[in-house]
Amino acid sequence: MEKFTKINTTVVPLPMEDIDTDQIIPARFLKATTREGFGDNLFRDWRYNQDNTPKDFILNNKIYNGKILVAGKNFGCGSSREHAAWALYDYGFRVVVSSFFADIFKGNALNNGLLPITVPSDFLNDLFLSSEQDPNSDVLVDLEVQKITILDSRKFVEFDIDPYKKMCLINGYDDIDYLISKKGKIEAFEKNQVIF
Amino acid sequence: MKKTLFDKIWEQHVVDTVDGGRNILYIDKHFIHEVTSPQAFAGLEKRGVPLFRKEKILATADHNVPTLNQHLPIVDPLSRTQVNTLIKNCEKFGVELYGLGHQYQGIVHVIGPELGITRPGMTIVCGDSHTSTHGAFGSIAFGIGTSQVEQVMTTQCLLLQKPKRMRITIDGELQNGVLSKDIILYILSKLTASGGTGYFIEYAGSTIRSLSMEARMTICNMSIEMGARGGLIAPDEKTFNYIKGRKFAPQGEQFDKAVTFWKTLFTDEDAQFEREYNFKAEDITPMVTYGTNPGMGIKITEAIPEAIDPNNTKSYDKSLKYMNFKTGNSLIGQKINFVFIGSCTNSRIEDLRLVADFVKGKSKASNTTVWIVPGSKQVQLQAQEEGLDKVFEAAGFELREPGCSACLGMNEDKIPKGEYCISTSNRNFEGRQGQGARTILASPLMAAATAVTGKIVDVRELL
Repeated sequence: MEKFTKINTTVVPLPMEDIDTDQIIPARFLKATTREGFGDNLFRDWRYNQDNTPKDFILNNKIYNGKILVAGKNFGCGSSREHAAWALYDYGFRVVVSSFFADIFKGNALNNGLLPITVPSDFLNDLFLSSEQDPNSDVLVDLEVQKITILDSRKFVEFDIDPYKKMCLINGYDDIDYLISKKGKIEAFEKNQVIF
Repeated sequence: MKKTLFDKIWEQHVVDTVDGGRNILYIDKHFIHEVTSPQAFAGLEKRGVPLFRKEKILATADHNVPTLNQHLPIVDPLSRTQVNTLIKNCEKFGVELYGLGHQYQGIVHVIGPELGITRPGMTIVCGDSHTSTHGAFGSIAFGIGTSQVEQVMTTQCLLLQKPKRMRITIDGELQNGVLSKDIILYILSKLTASGGTGYFIEYAGSTIRSLSMEARMTICNMSIEMGARGGLIAPDEKTFNYIKGRKFAPQGEQFDKAVTFWKTLFTDEDAQFEREYNFKAEDITPMVTYGTNPGMGIKITEAIPEAIDPNNTKSYDKSLKYMNFKTGNSLIGQKINFVFIGSCTNSRIEDLRLVADFVKGKSKASNTTVWIVPGSKQVQLQAQEEGLDKVFEAAGFELREPGCSACLGMNEDKIPKGEYCISTSNRNFEGRQGQGARTILASPLMAAATAVTGKIVDVRELL
C-alpha cells in the first residue's frame, strides 16, 4: 500500500446522497481477476451512454481533475465489492469526503490507501459551495494533524481516524503485516477454542 | 454484567485487542466465490505466504455463472476465465469447491445453511455483503472486502472495531399474505438505507419467533440494506431442528452437546443496546419499493411520498426520474413485463413452494417473462422432487439453474433498458439488474401475483 501523509488539490464535487457501489463500479465490470484498470469504468453509467458517448457528468468536465472526491451522505452503500475502492484509486482519487460513509466501503478504502474523511454536513456544504464558486479552489488534507482546510476561505475541520489505521496509512502498512505478527496468539487461541 | 447475544459471540472470538481499541476477531467459517477471491489468492502468492486454515474455507461459483446449460462451457470469455480461476486456485491451495455441476453448488448464503455449515455461535465471513443472512442462526456473519478475504486466508482473523448494538423488536401476528420480506422492507422504509450504519442488529419479538428459519434468513439478509454490518436472531428449537441431520451438522452426542451450548446464546434480560426500535406486526402490509435504494419502500396501499428533506431533493428527484414515477402516485395497476424470483433473499424451497401454491392452476399474463432461479442445486432438485417444476411449467414460468442471476445482472440474466422488473432480490439500485432497468423489490407472493396479472396488485385480494 502507498503511503499517505498530506495532499493539496482541487476537489470533484458530487452532491448526491446514497451513492452505492453499483454506481461506482457496475457489476458487469467485476469479471477481472486483477486489481488494476477499474478506473476506466468508474461511475461508468453516469459517465457514458450505452453507445459509449460521454454524458453530461462531472468526471467528463476537464476542469474537475482533483484528487479529492466530495459526495453526499451514505457514500459507498450496498455491495461489499472492494472494486469500488480500487476504481476510485485507479482513477486517481486519494481522498473521499462525505458526511457519512457506509461501513464496508470505509474499511475497503482504508485498506487501499484511499482516505475516507467524515465531515459535518455544514462543512460538506462549504466544500460544495467553494468548488461551485471556483473549481480551481484548493483543499489541503493533512493526515498527520487530521485536518482538512479550504485554502481560499481558511475554513477547516479536524477529522477522526482510528489511530491504528492512521499509522497504517502514514507508513504504508496493511492489516496483514500486523496480523501475521500475531500468529502465535492466534494459534494459542485456536488450541482453547471449542466449535460446535 | 448483562450481555447481548452479539456481545457474547463477539467476546468468545476476540484473540487480542490492539491499541486504539480494535479487536483481532477469530473467524470460524469463510465462504468464498469467484468474483471477490481471485485478487486475494493472488495476494497470498505475491507475499509468498501459505493459506493458514484451508479446512475453514468453502468455495462455490454463484455470482457470475449462467443459469441455463450449466453443463456446457461458459460462453462469455471473461466469466469463464473468472470461474476457471476459482477452480485453479482451489486446486492449488486445497480448498473445497462446490463448483458448477456439483450437487451442493449454489448461492453461497443458501448452501451454508442448507448443508448445516452455518450454526449458532459462529463467526462467519464472505466477500459478499449479504453474508448477514447467516445471522438467522444466531451467528455473527458479515460481508468483507477482498483485502479482508486475504487477511482471513493468511491468519483466519480480522482486525475490527466492534460495532454498536441495535435491537429491532416486532411483536404480534402477521396479516395473511404478508411475508418476512415485507417485514424487512417495512423496517427499511422506517429506518432508511443508512439507519443501521455502525450497528449490528438483533431481531427479536414474538413475530420473529413465529417465523421459519428460511423466513428469518430473508430478514437478516437485508440488514446490510440499512447499512448495518449484520443482523442476528437468537437460536431456538426451530434453529436446532433445522440444523439436525444436515450434512455437516454435528451428529449424535455431539449434536446434544452443541444444543446445550447453543441454548446459552441469548440476550440477557436488561442487557443494553445503543439503539432500540419496536414495531407491530399488524401494521405491516405487502410492500413495494418505488425508488433506487431499498429504503424507498411503501405499503402497497400507499402513494409515493414526498422527499424526506424538502430542502435537498436532488437525489430523490433523480431516483424518481430514473424509475419514471411521480410523487403521489400509487403503484397498483403499474404494468410489469419482467418478474424475477430468486437471489440470496428469496430463492429457498419455502419461497418456491409459496409461489407454486399460489400459481397452481393459473397462468402467467401474456406480457410477463417470469424467471425462477433456485438458490442452490439442492433447492432445484427438491423443487423437481415435489413437482413444483411442473406447476411452474404449466404456468409459463421458467425454472432455471442456480446462481445469483438477475439480482445483480453479472451474467446474461439482465432486464432490458427502461423495463420494470418486480424482483424478490435485495437491491433496486440504478442499473442493478441491467443498464437502465427499473427494479421494484417485493415478496415472492407479490411477485407471483404480478406474474399472473401482468401488473402490480395487492396480493391479499387474490388470496
